Amino acid sequence: MACRKIVITSGKGGVGKTTATANIAASLASAGYRVVAIDGDVGLRNLDVIMGLENRIVYNLIDVIEGTCRVNQALIRDKRLDNLYMIPTAQSRTKDAVTAEQMEAVCAELENDFDFILIDSPAGIEAGFKNAASGADEALVVTTPEVSAVRDADRIIGLLESMGKAPINLVINRIRPEMVKRGEMLGVQDVLDILSVELIGIVPDDESIVTSANKGEPLAFGSDSRAGTAFKNIAKRLCGEEVPFIDLFSDNGGFFAALRRIFSGK
Amino acid sequence: MGILDGIFGIFGNQKSGNVAKERLQLVLIHDRADISPEMLAALRVDLIETIKKYLDVDENGIDLDFSREDHSVALLASIPIKNMKRGARTRGK
Repeated sequence: MACRKIVITSGKGGVGKTTATANIAASLASAGYRVVAIDGDVGLRNLDVIMGLENRIVYNLIDVIEGTCRVNQALIRDKRLDNLYMIPTAQSRTKDAVTAEQMEAVCAELENDFDFILIDSPAGIEAGFKNAASGADEALVVTTPEVSAVRDADRIIGLLESMGKAPINLVINRIRPEMVKRGEMLGVQDVLDILSVELIGIVPDDESIVTSANKGEPLAFGSDSRAGTAFKNIAKRLCGEEVPFIDLFSDNGGFFAALRRIFSGK
Repeated sequence: MGILDGIFGIFGNQKSGNVAKERLQLVLIHDRADISPEMLAALRVDLIETIKKYLDVDENGIDLDFSREDHSVALLASIPIKNMKRGARTRGK
């Protein structure tokens, strides 16, 4: 298959871009695809620790760009799957250490060896984001059901559209079903009404995301966590599979769940 | 408390999820259209100029802003009229 190059971005910081990148990469690789995740957040390196690969780093993206090493030398193979790789970024540099052209060149060099290139973008709308995005054709926008995150997502979607990225898919992260049910949090449909963009995943707020980050083991490698399943489903949808969206209200819905079952005839 | 909340909820104490949605929809109109206060002021001046050809309006009483109604957004202008001008129909030709 032709290599698909996808930037994971959000505008606002702290909504789960890196977690999404690591977990979607892990899911795609578990499904047999050759995947490389690139940390595009120069100066604030984190994809390595989320994936648990921080001890294996020798070279990084900036070394490749500056010609210190070849791109193959900067590829860090995952310790669990041999078709999953990561390219870390430099911690001691700033966003202007990479240009859009250089990012494109690195991705072009990788595209023959991989089915998916996922680029973890920095927060913000400045050069760092633009450079990360320039390596990609498609985009995943991560948001949470909060006014600040949704507003920033809208801004980023506009910028991605003007850069010609397509498709642009939305991941709604850290949704808390019990709060949505009480009417105290934006629901999935509310966010979609506001952003009018294609939905590719709903990830419930899940404590196991924290513990998995603590351990450097993406949830998608394991089984039976709600967030892990949600990321696996995003990977499947990326590959064109039709997976129904998880019912956030299924196991603690009580009365409402019963009502929904009655109305939906299930 | 639940019942009381429910009753008051109907009469205005909106759930914060809804408040968030309405606020976002309004703020994004400005964001997307990139409408600056200056542009809105210029639009207001042009609008008054045009309307003045036909109607005698109270310029100080004009209120112009975006508003969200159900599922759409409108540019709402409240323009108090002082007097209909005689012969307005022939103007602007």
